[in-house]
Amino acid sequence: MIESNLVEKVIRSALSRGGDFAEIFVEEKTTFSASLDDAIVEELSSGTARGAGIRVRYGDTTGFAHTADLSENGLLRAAQAASSLAQNSSKSRQIMALQERVFSPIDPLKNLPMTIAKDRKIELLKHLNDAARSAGSAIRQVGASYSDSLRRFLVANSDGVFVEEEQIRTRISISAIALGDTGMQGGYETVAMTKGFEIFQDLDIEQMALKAANRAILKLSARPAPSGQVPVVLNGLGGGVLFHEACGHGLEADHVLKESSVYAGKIGRSVASPLVTLLDDGTVTDQWGTFHHDDEGHISSKNTLIQDGVLVDYMWDQTQGDRTKRDSSGNGRRQSYAHLPMVRMTNTYLMPGESTPQEIIADTEYGIYVSQLGGGQVNTATGDFVFGMTEAYLIEDGRITAPLREANLIGNGPEVLANIDAVANDFSIVPGTCGKDGQSVPVGCGQPTLRIKAVTVGGTAGA
Amino acid sequence: MPDLIKIGQRIADMASGGEEIEAYAIWERETSIRVYNSEIESLTTSESSGIGIRVIRDKRVGISYAGTLEDDDLKRALEEARDNSRFASQDPFAGIAEPDGVDGPKLNLWSVDITNTPTENKISLALELEKVTLSKDRRIKSLNSSNYGDVSVESAIVNSKGIASYTQQTYCWLWAYALAMQDDETQTGFGLHASRDFAGIDLEYAAQEAAYKSTRMLGAKKPKSSNLIAVFEPDISSSFIGIISSTLSAEAVQKGRSIFSGRVGENVANSRLNLIDDPSDPRFFSSANYDDEGLASRQNLLIKNGSLKGYLYDSYTARKEGVAPTGSAIRGGIAGSCSPGPRAPYIEPGERSKEEIVSEITDGVLIQSVSGIHSGVNPVSGDFSVGAEGIRIHDGELKEPIKEFTIASNLQKMLLDIRSIGSDLTIRPSGAAGVTLAIGNINLSGS
Repeated sequence: MIESNLVEKVIRSALSRGGDFAEIFVEEKTTFSASLDDAIVEELSSGTARGAGIRVRYGDTTGFAHTADLSENGLLRAAQAASSLAQNSSKSRQIMALQERVFSPIDPLKNLPMTIAKDRKIELLKHLNDAARSAGSAIRQVGASYSDSLRRFLVANSDGVFVEEEQIRTRISISAIALGDTGMQGGYETVAMTKGFEIFQDLDIEQMALKAANRAILKLSARPAPSGQVPVVLNGLGGGVLFHEACGHGLEADHVLKESSVYAGKIGRSVASPLVTLLDDGTVTDQWGTFHHDDEGHISSKNTLIQDGVLVDYMWDQTQGDRTKRDSSGNGRRQSYAHLPMVRMTNTYLMPGESTPQEIIADTEYGIYVSQLGGGQVNTATGDFVFGMTEAYLIEDGRITAPLREANLIGNGPEVLANIDAVANDFSIVPGTCGKDGQSVPVGCGQPTLRIKAVTVGGTAGA
Repeated sequence: MPDLIKIGQRIADMASGGEEIEAYAIWERETSIRVYNSEIESLTTSESSGIGIRVIRDKRVGISYAGTLEDDDLKRALEEARDNSRFASQDPFAGIAEPDGVDGPKLNLWSVDITNTPTENKISLALELEKVTLSKDRRIKSLNSSNYGDVSVESAIVNSKGIASYTQQTYCWLWAYALAMQDDETQTGFGLHASRDFAGIDLEYAAQEAAYKSTRMLGAKKPKSSNLIAVFEPDISSSFIGIISSTLSAEAVQKGRSIFSGRVGENVANSRLNLIDDPSDPRFFSSANYDDEGLASRQNLLIKNGSLKGYLYDSYTARKEGVAPTGSAIRGGIAGSCSPGPRAPYIEPGERSKEEIVSEITDGVLIQSVSGIHSGVNPVSGDFSVGAEGIRIHDGELKEPIKEFTIASNLQKMLLDIRSIGSDLTIRPSGAAGVTLAIGNINLSGS
């Protein structure tokens, strides 16, 4: 993307006033998206953004500047801006020789999104629309969207790291709205992977559309969700976001080191039911939160966070790792060159157990079966979280019965983890977008079917 | 600083016969400072720019963007937008905005003191905020961070139908995220103050808010489930008002995705309720002279005395329905398209204070914070279920703090169940303004 000697020159310039660490991150991202609504292909949008972010750290202070001007002058100007705070710093450091460039190219077998004709992408949307409408006359509205991106970046730093990486992501989603006597209800499905257009070789578009449409139709007959504390069985396809929210964020080292996490100081202690083993894993093939190198040039890895209920480790980026003299765990990520990297999850999942999903349901006298969760939110300092159920059913006498209307679940991360009393042997990972400090990154959330003894459900019917 | 109108005009002028072109050019400069434990954690400075191009050819829309304003990138983006248009469906209503003769409000939303103030002064302010917040209450143990940010934005929208609008705006803000502790319990609180100019920043306000919010829930318990009256503080009602107003977007209505579709003239709310969207009101941080298609900002009355008056239109939805646009186009960044929505919504304030409203309630809850509002509100069905914290109200008095519960109802029902509207109109930096609202028939779900 830029020449090695210029990379080195920029790092030198960034450290010219002193500092412990300097980094240059150059990124080019090309995106394409198309949406269909009401049977009309509304618009196609595409474009490219490129630029560089330069940071200089001395002690616990980071100076950061970014620019879209990738000329030598533009980069050196940004390097000087990033180092402005280091003006009175007496410290200075030697720059490690840049290692031989590590290049993570796209698998040549993968289909670069921009080599695929636009009308093939549009066809997918029309196919989704037709399939969803075939589910029944109750389906009144269908929206579908397709997007892909090619992200290339170069990251090099004063420790000698020098990495170039390419990432392709493809996403398709559908929303169907059904109308009935009780009003309108929606159903939604998304498939998203770190992969090119070949994602559609294995994806049954029709099934995906029908799933969303049938979910909307089914909800027309849904009854209000109960309110109060009830046992909740989370289906493997629906619930990964619970662990992302309920404990993932609290295990990010930046929160931990500021003691604004309920998990601070608990390494080696029991923080969950012994049935819980939780991992964060940036290496799972093709998942939404997968990459070769993180945005600081560290190779992605598979990290155990909780083993059999005991807290083993947190997630680390370069900054938090340096502060405690340990290595990054490959969790340093950034939305773009215009953002500072910080500790972020990749694919976070709970390991399967031994029961079958059927056994768990049969063993539940009364409760809620959740097969799809919506977005959520957590306060890492208190562990309190909330997230929405977008597809849920009542469990009565060990059987799944009536569909329920949407409602939020509310709880506390550590309490929920301790209250998991059954874990099944199935497993799936679903894609999501994680927001933190105003930055969004793609992540995966996974889990087997499991049961939580009691969660507060915010429905409108009595418990 | 580049001449955005000139750049936009050059692109718009490239429209060939029968083609419509709209260019949206933006340039911004920002500062962001984060302080922790009396040290600067990070300082970010940057300038960035970009362009979004919308082309309509043969009644088909194509969009493209570039993250620079360099000539080659602009030309490439225009060609890309033209190519994209070939694959879109033909839509007889596709088009860009046409001048509608309405004059913009001529607000001055730019302050030079944001760029003129030395960075050191901004850093000092963030450091001072941390110190002052810590001094407010001995239970405040630390601040997760104390922050200062500012942005100066210039943008131009120029199109081939004769629209050439230019906007410049500045904002700065100061915010603290405090952690309070008592026994083994930790609570957090967020305090924010924002201003168009550096001199207008109120540090005391942000510190006080963070201190109050982080300590007020200490010792809070989970309440028992019940059905009661909920009083929303202005901070909370502003989110509720924002959601209600967004369901009045003509796009949602025309696509049958709004609970208010086809209901103009119906009584949809308490008869004392007036809902207005007014981006020409300079008190709002979202105010601007023009909307995101270049049409003048203006006041729109949405609900009058409880009766639905109309919806919010951009040029496309207006054309589709044969009505005039309301200057309500909102663009999703340079890569996005426009759709209509509320830009500065508020409920006209009533006559009584929050205290008076609370004093009339026998059994209720004062809601001070909500979470999961995006996952918990369904704009299509109107179902509403969010996590909440607050203070229990018994016999007209504020009693014990409560947390870890949800409140649920339905948007339409809530508008009809409004019991009182407070006099305390509060403008929030997020866009919508809030006012104390008492709403009956709320399902509180706890233990």
